[in-house]
Amino acid sequence: MRSILNFIQQVLSTPAIFVGLIALLGLVLQKKDVQTVVKGTIKTILGFIVLSAGASVIQGSIIPFGDLFQLAFGVQGVVPNNEAITSFGLNQFAVQTASIFALGMCANIVLARFSKWKYIFLTGHHALYMSCLVAIILSIAGLDGWQLIVGGALLLGFVMAMFPAIMQPTVRAVTGDDSLALGHFGSCCYWLSGQLGKMCGKKEGTRTTEDVNFPKGLSFLRDNTISIAIAMFICYIIVSGVANFTDGANAAEIFEGNNWVLYSLINAITFSAGIYIVLAGVRMLIAEIVPAFKGISEKLVPNAKPALDCPILFPYAPNAVLIGFFCSFVGGIIGLFVLALLGQAGISVAIILPGAVVHFFCGATAGVCGNARGGLKGCIIGAFVHGIVVTFLSAALLPVLGSLGFANTTFSDADFTIVGIVFGNFAKFMSGTGLFTVTAILFVLPIIYNYTLGRKRGKE
Amino acid sequence: MEIKKILCFCGSGLGTSFVMEMNVKKALANLGIDGVEVDHSTIDDVMTGAADLFICGSDLLPNAEKAGKAIGLDNMVSMEEIQAKLKAVFEV
Repeated sequence: MRSILNFIQQVLSTPAIFVGLIALLGLVLQKKDVQTVVKGTIKTILGFIVLSAGASVIQGSIIPFGDLFQLAFGVQGVVPNNEAITSFGLNQFAVQTASIFALGMCANIVLARFSKWKYIFLTGHHALYMSCLVAIILSIAGLDGWQLIVGGALLLGFVMAMFPAIMQPTVRAVTGDDSLALGHFGSCCYWLSGQLGKMCGKKEGTRTTEDVNFPKGLSFLRDNTISIAIAMFICYIIVSGVANFTDGANAAEIFEGNNWVLYSLINAITFSAGIYIVLAGVRMLIAEIVPAFKGISEKLVPNAKPALDCPILFPYAPNAVLIGFFCSFVGGIIGLFVLALLGQAGISVAIILPGAVVHFFCGATAGVCGNARGGLKGCIIGAFVHGIVVTFLSAALLPVLGSLGFANTTFSDADFTIVGIVFGNFAKFMSGTGLFTVTAILFVLPIIYNYTLGRKRGKE
Repeated sequence: MEIKKILCFCGSGLGTSFVMEMNVKKALANLGIDGVEVDHSTIDDVMTGAADLFICGSDLLPNAEKAGKAIGLDNMVSMEEIQAKLKAVFEV
C-alpha cells in the first residue's frame, strides 16, 4: 500500500507528468476517443520537457551576458522576457504553477458564471506565465501547500476575468464590435495608452496611423525569432565591446578565448533559439488544455466572451502595430537611460534593457489602442509611454522575486509586473495567511457585487 | 490544386493561430468539407510547401502570400468571414 502511495506522490511531484494528467482529465471530460486522449496526454508531457530544455539553452546565453554587463557597467543588466523567466521559475515552482494554472481556470469559470465579468481568458501561455508569477510571489510571501495553490488559483481566476473587463471599452473602440475581448496581460498599459489617446482626441479629420505610408519592407520584424535575435545582438555587442575595452583580461575569460564579436553573435542567436524552443514547448503544452478549457467553459457559461491574444487587434490597424513597436522601443531606451542615471545618482536599480517581445507585442497593442482613441498622435504617445512604464515596472518587480530577481531576466508585460509588485509588497506587511485571506476576499467581491449592488442598478 | 493541408499562423504561434485553427475546423465542418488537415504555428514555419493554404490575420498577409495561397482575416473570430473566404477558395 505504502509503495502505491509513494508512487502517486512521485507522479504528482513530477511536473511533466502532472501537467499531462491535467490534459488527460480535460480530454476525458470532453469524452474524446482513446487515441486522442493518449496522443494529447503524451504531447502535453512532451511540451513540458521541451520547455525545460529551452530553459537551459536560454540560461547558457544569458548568464554570460549578465556577467559581462556586471563587468562592463558594475550593475545588474536584465533582459525582460516572459518565456525566459517562466522557464527558470518552473525549475523550482513547476508543480505549484501547474496546480494554480489548472485551478485558476476553474476559478475563471466560476467568476464568469457568478459575476458581471463574463470573460473566459483563452490566452493559454499568458495564463501559464501568470500562474508562475503568482506561484513565485505567494511562495516568497510564505504561503505553501494548499493555501499557496488555492490562494494562487483565486488570484489567477480574478485577474483572468478582471483585466479583459477593464479593457473591453477600449477593445470596442478598436474593433467596433463587442463579441471579442482581449486576454493579454499587458492590459494596464493598453488601457493607459487608450486614455492618453482619448486626451489627444479624435474627430472626423484626425490623421490615423493607417493614413501614413509605411514602408512594407519592415514587415520582416513581425518574425519573432528575428527581432529577438537582432535586439539581443545589439545589446550583446555593446556590452561585450565595453567589457572588452575596459577590462580585457576578465572579459577574455568570459569569452573563453573567442573573439568578442563572434561570441556576441552566437550568444544572441542562441538566446533567440532558446526562446523558440520554449515557445514550441509551451505551444504543445497548452494545445490540449486550452480547447478543453474553451469547451468546458462554453457549456457552463454560454454567454461569456472569449478573451484572446493581442494579435486579434492587429488587423484593425496594421500600421499602428509597427509604429507602436518603434515608439515603445524608443520609450524603452529612454527608460533605460533614466534607470542608468538613477544608478549614477546613488539609487541602486538594475538596468532594464529593451525586450524585443514586450515592445513588439505589447507596444504594438498599446499603439493600436492609442490610435483607436486618438489617431496617429494617440498611437505615438500611448506606445512611447508604454515603453517607459514597462521598463520601470520591470525594475520595480525585481526586489520581490527573491533569488529569481537575479536571473538576468524578468517578466516584461505590465500586468505581470503590477500584480507582482502589488502582492509582493503586500506580503511585507502581512503574514502568509493574511495574504491568502486577501486573495479570497478579492475573488468573492465581484460575485457579491453582482448579486447585490449590481442587481439594484439593473432594476433602477 | 487540391487543398489537403491548411496552416493557420500568427506571430507567436500560441494564442491567435490556435483560435483560428479551431474556427477553421468548425467552418470546414459547416461547409461539409472534410479530409483537410488543419494545423497552427508561428510565422517562422511559414514556407512554400508547408501547407496548401495559409490563413492569418490580414496584417500578416504579405508574409503568407510569399509562401503560397493565402487568406487574410480581418476579424479572426468571425465565423461568417472565415466561412465565406474558405468557400471562395475551395470552389475555385
